[in-house]
Amino acid sequence: MATKTLDDRPDHEALIEEVLAAYPKKAQKKRAKHLSTAQPAQDGDTEILSKCDTVKSNIKSVPGVMTIRGCAYAGSKGVVWGPVKDMVHISHGPVGCGHYSWSQRRNYYTGTTGVDSFVTFQFTTDFQEKDIVFGGDKKLEKTIDEIETLFPLNKGVTVQSECPIGLIGDDIDAVARKKKKDLNKTIVPVRCEGFRGVSQSLGHHIANDAIRDWVMGGEGSDYEPGLYDINIIGDYNIGGDAWSSRILLEEIGLNVVSCWSGDATLAEMENAPKARLNLIHCYRSMNYICRHMEETQGVPWMEYNFFGPSQIAASLRAIAARFDQSIQDRAEAVIAKYQPLVDAVLEKYRPRLEGKSVLLYVGGLRPRHVVTAYHDLGMEIAGTGYEFAHGDDYKRTGEYIKTGTLIYDDVTGYELEKFIETIRPDLVGSGIKEKYSTQKMGIPFRQMHSWDYSGPYHGYDGFAIFARDMDMAINNPVWGLFDAPWRQAA
Amino acid sequence: MSALRQIAFYGKGGIGKSTTSQNTLAALVEMDQRILIVGCDPKADSTRLILNTKMQDTVLHLAAEMGSVEDLELEDVLKVGYKGIKCTESGGPEPGVGCAGRGVITAINFLEENGAYDDVDYVSYDVLGDVVCGGFAMPIRENKAQEIYIVMSGEMMALYAANNISKGILKYANSGGVRLGGLICNERKTDRELELAEALAERLGTKLIHFVPRDNIVQHAELRRQTVLEYDPQSQQAEEYRQLARKIHDNSGKGVVPTPVSMDELEQMLLDFGLMQSEEDRLAAIAKAEAQTA
Repeated sequence: MATKTLDDRPDHEALIEEVLAAYPKKAQKKRAKHLSTAQPAQDGDTEILSKCDTVKSNIKSVPGVMTIRGCAYAGSKGVVWGPVKDMVHISHGPVGCGHYSWSQRRNYYTGTTGVDSFVTFQFTTDFQEKDIVFGGDKKLEKTIDEIETLFPLNKGVTVQSECPIGLIGDDIDAVARKKKKDLNKTIVPVRCEGFRGVSQSLGHHIANDAIRDWVMGGEGSDYEPGLYDINIIGDYNIGGDAWSSRILLEEIGLNVVSCWSGDATLAEMENAPKARLNLIHCYRSMNYICRHMEETQGVPWMEYNFFGPSQIAASLRAIAARFDQSIQDRAEAVIAKYQPLVDAVLEKYRPRLEGKSVLLYVGGLRPRHVVTAYHDLGMEIAGTGYEFAHGDDYKRTGEYIKTGTLIYDDVTGYELEKFIETIRPDLVGSGIKEKYSTQKMGIPFRQMHSWDYSGPYHGYDGFAIFARDMDMAINNPVWGLFDAPWRQAA
Repeated sequence: MSALRQIAFYGKGGIGKSTTSQNTLAALVEMDQRILIVGCDPKADSTRLILNTKMQDTVLHLAAEMGSVEDLELEDVLKVGYKGIKCTESGGPEPGVGCAGRGVITAINFLEENGAYDDVDYVSYDVLGDVVCGGFAMPIRENKAQEIYIVMSGEMMALYAANNISKGILKYANSGGVRLGGLICNERKTDRELELAEALAERLGTKLIHFVPRDNIVQHAELRRQTVLEYDPQSQQAEEYRQLARKIHDNSGKGVVPTPVSMDELEQMLLDFGLMQSEEDRLAAIAKAEAQTA
């Protein structure tokens, strides 16, 4: 298969026109606002490489298209709350939502599952017709009691509402207050019914608000803060990401008080407001709680990026700059320490990946955060887009990508397929739903939500794995066998 | 045996739907009709006068007790009352919790699937006053009731309600077979009540089936948990219900797709009948009163 260089890139504006032509008038008009290319940055705009907030976002998907989005329940149970390991998260409602979100998103954790940690367990109130008709409050109470009996080492319970809870108007807040009193444990009602909002994004917000109201609303912890205390916020420890980030922060002399919410405990979350600085990894899903801590406790926050050596070094320096000289010196030492590892990775993989193009379509932060990691390996980004971003995410995307890059918001199944078919990138990075259709087109694919059962990808250690995985996908000999022998040119 | 007729009584809360329907059905039974009453109200008082007691075992409460509706037997929830009228109540949650509408849907489906509708000539649904959600529209959806009878009076809110219910019927008339059977005026002794009821019926494209005069005997019977037909079969009021029953019986297939009116038209009608003052008249009246006191 011939490798394309970026100079052969098709005219993206024409491609967008072509894709839109397939829609009926009304859908066409709506979808046109979500497809664009990165525009040149305006004069004086030094922060960004290109202007990407040219697409509309966070708007209801067009009915009838295959959107790749999730729902508010997915945002709360699947993303924010689910990884909190020492609490039990009840999928409150009929069994389906709980069943299909069973086992979480490879949010790694330490602990003994079923004894003091419950991430990969699944709890549900399993609503039946009578619970709908007569209300499910009593069943919820009973479920919480049963959990207390069966798993006494749980530190608390969250109630993740499925759609019917909102429809029948069950008062889960009252149940939470009652059980909190009965059991003297944190019980968190989360009103994250799936029909709320346009995507999982509102679920993140609702989950953040629940942390604010039901975890931080209490008397606060008696944790004695230190000078170098920080929180990692919005790292879900997928494949161990938070661990490979944490060691770097600890190596430069910082003390990680809490990590939200990958491998998190309730106690960590309660201690978090005592820290000196909040480091946000996934801005989209957890900026809300950081703003709250800033406003009420004066904890400042900053974003950082631990994908690929360039961003890691830049982020370590930026983080260290918030502390004293000793931390800054150690940051330089850490960067220098890992340089041989970086050199070895680049020496091995860069020649194999140089010039390859990547098309991304992911969720919260990865459509921009992983870009530089690809650049470090000599690869180029052909297009990128988010499932559930807001305007501020697209604005930030401009910090990473070059003018002319294809941008697509809440892309539809049809659009993405067309883009992939036409552009024929050397690699597509998206989710499980997109994986096999892309591979059937003969195009290498990596899942960029779950790291395709690999990882971690954060930090220096993660970069080595990232580079190996991309090479493994792109340079897999299987792609040479794609055409049937009798169809191959002699 | 003639084809099964399914009818439903709707109307503003407190208008006398249950009383009117049970008295009418008691009269229908005199005409050798076999009847099933399906009460669709969580209060479960749609069959009280026929059973001479409040129904104890509603479909939903028994289902909740036994685990699920699949565990129920028809005999558990079907009681036989006055002259063989079969009675059943959907029941539902206490006020303020759960979803009563879903309960109505569950109960009706259960009754249908388990043969409650076999061997009867009439199925009559008595529905909660306000059609607050899809569940309470169940009897007019999915080809259940063919004719809806709206119980109303000369009171303004009853007229509003009748018009609103007609809108609901219109919505489902196109997709299913539901029709408006007519209006039943339950006299409240308001001004020009009969004329008003007839005028509204005309506006809705239907007719006033019967004007039921007010008679205290209804109250006397009700206190004894009886229909008037059981309490005093010779009374004039019993005769009124017999007339109503006959008219409904003869009204088979004569239902119409209603033509509900807009809010403005309805209010104009009330103005025409002098029930509502127009804004000018009201201001004029105030000015006149002020002039007198001054």
